[in-house]
Amino acid sequence: MIFGIPIIQLVVLVHAATLEMKSIDMYIVDNDLSSMSYELISKFKGSSFYNISGSSFSMDKANKAIEKNQTDLILHIPSGFERKLIRENESKVQLLIDGINGTAASLINAYSTSVISDFNRNIIVDLTQMPAIKNMNPIKMEESYWYNPELNYKIYMLPGILVILVTIISMFLAAMNIVREKEIGTIEQLNVTPIRKFEFIIGKLVPFIVIALFELAFGLLIGKIFFHIPIVGSLGLLFGFTIIYLLVVLGIGLFISAISSTQQQVMFISFFFMLVFILMSGIFTPTESMPVWAQRINVINPFYYFMRVIRMILLKGSGFWDISYEFFSLLIYAAIMLSLAVWRYRKVA
Amino acid sequence: MHFSAYMVNNITMIKNKENIIEVKDLVKKFGNFYANDHLTFEVKKGEIFGFLGANGAGKTTAIRILSGLSYPTSGDVMVAGFDVYKEREKVKKNIGYMSQKFSLYEDLTVKENIRFYGGIYGLSNKYIKEKTESMLERLKMKDIQHSLIGSLPLGWKQKIAFSVAIFHNPKIVFLDEPTGGVDPITRRDFWEMIYEASNNGITVFVTTHYMDEAEYCDRVSIMDRGKIEGLDTPGGLKKRFKSNNMDEVFLKIAR
Repeated sequence: MIFGIPIIQLVVLVHAATLEMKSIDMYIVDNDLSSMSYELISKFKGSSFYNISGSSFSMDKANKAIEKNQTDLILHIPSGFERKLIRENESKVQLLIDGINGTAASLINAYSTSVISDFNRNIIVDLTQMPAIKNMNPIKMEESYWYNPELNYKIYMLPGILVILVTIISMFLAAMNIVREKEIGTIEQLNVTPIRKFEFIIGKLVPFIVIALFELAFGLLIGKIFFHIPIVGSLGLLFGFTIIYLLVVLGIGLFISAISSTQQQVMFISFFFMLVFILMSGIFTPTESMPVWAQRINVINPFYYFMRVIRMILLKGSGFWDISYEFFSLLIYAAIMLSLAVWRYRKVA
Repeated sequence: MHFSAYMVNNITMIKNKENIIEVKDLVKKFGNFYANDHLTFEVKKGEIFGFLGANGAGKTTAIRILSGLSYPTSGDVMVAGFDVYKEREKVKKNIGYMSQKFSLYEDLTVKENIRFYGGIYGLSNKYIKEKTESMLERLKMKDIQHSLIGSLPLGWKQKIAFSVAIFHNPKIVFLDEPTGGVDPITRRDFWEMIYEASNNGITVFVTTHYMDEAEYCDRVSIMDRGKIEGLDTPGGLKKRFKSNNMDEVFLKIAR
């Protein structure tokens, strides 16, 4: 259970959590049937993102298709498209996008607009015979993305999801642990023994650290085999950093456990923190683009540190000095949380 | 095992012995409610001390204070020669405790539980190994040593819990209603084990609801609403309250 579930989550979530549109189903209504319209359509056909799901001359049929969820997008080229373009230097096409999923719709819009404007540029160049303007080619922008040249979201998302899984498993297990002993009564039997508080906490930490490290190793293995994620940096450094990180997370878990008396309380408190921390961690959006107050809150967000560091080490190959700020921050954080957990764990009521 | 013969011996042995538990004016308040209202008593070394009372009389509160699980509001409490306020951890080395609620790890085997608690008390591996052998032999549980505790019947669990509580040879063992919900035969076995422990010099401090069990104790205290209303040998109590058995004594006090 402890290993199986996270691995299923890892495989499923990496696919599910991408912001990439793989195949956009497109319905074409071409009422012009000119060479220009043909050229525009073949631009879309030539892109690997588009998949032509149907075509006809009637907008009604096209609307039906979008209603039945058979297509995401309608491209409507009105009759007289080419004529207008040549005579008036201006013409219109209509894009109808299924807006049920807002995010997907805006992505489709962005993709399609870029295809059309690309087409536009060529038209302008072709239609304008003046050599002066021909030389005034629009500035060609060539982006190249470092560390993830194909903007492969999986490579970016997998380490992030791995962080979440490792954290959830270890934090929940630790948080449930002491409180469970309280519920079943075994904690009493321990409390009458001369066991020291820090011994008790260490006893609670070690097994979870081992489980979480295995989890991470498993996740990386799967990432390597199935998603071909690059592992540029040192694995030793990654695991070393993970141990410090786990001390923080387990410290928080044990602290929650020590102040709670039922498992419901634990679930409630940890769920709250978990959700806020994950959403603010920078898994989907760069933390730098968050408002300043949110970035300040992130100082106490353990996910934030690990999310950065795992990507830095795996994708960029950062060394110890690159991550030293995160490392020492978490070290201090761990000391605080573990002291709190030891302090709050009471042998005597 | 012949209880009656043994008991006569035991009582004569205990006289003039030193106190192993001394409680003076122990008070435990929860808000305005006195769970323990100025308790004063002592327990002699090697004694089987019965701690009786109705539900809610304050027995468990007292036993939790004596075993260092709870702070008293006021009063002096010495256990095994140590002050439970100041020398809590030293007290804990010298006592065993078995709670009302079964509290060994159900998802560990019999042997693993013993190994775990032996380790916590800092016993050597050799000692743990030998003692485990003889203990399982004594309990006739050799063939189930690798079974999960959770899978065993209650009576067996209680016997194991008691054996674990005295595994580190404490000076005192506190038993909080050890025989609750257990069949009469197992109760009988259980009391044999208590006598055996007592014979080995372990002081037994036991709470119970069963009045026949009260008869097995060397001395008995009966609590009612936070106060000790009677403390004597079972014979002495019967004489004082002009009763034929402990049942009647208990009813006269608790009404």
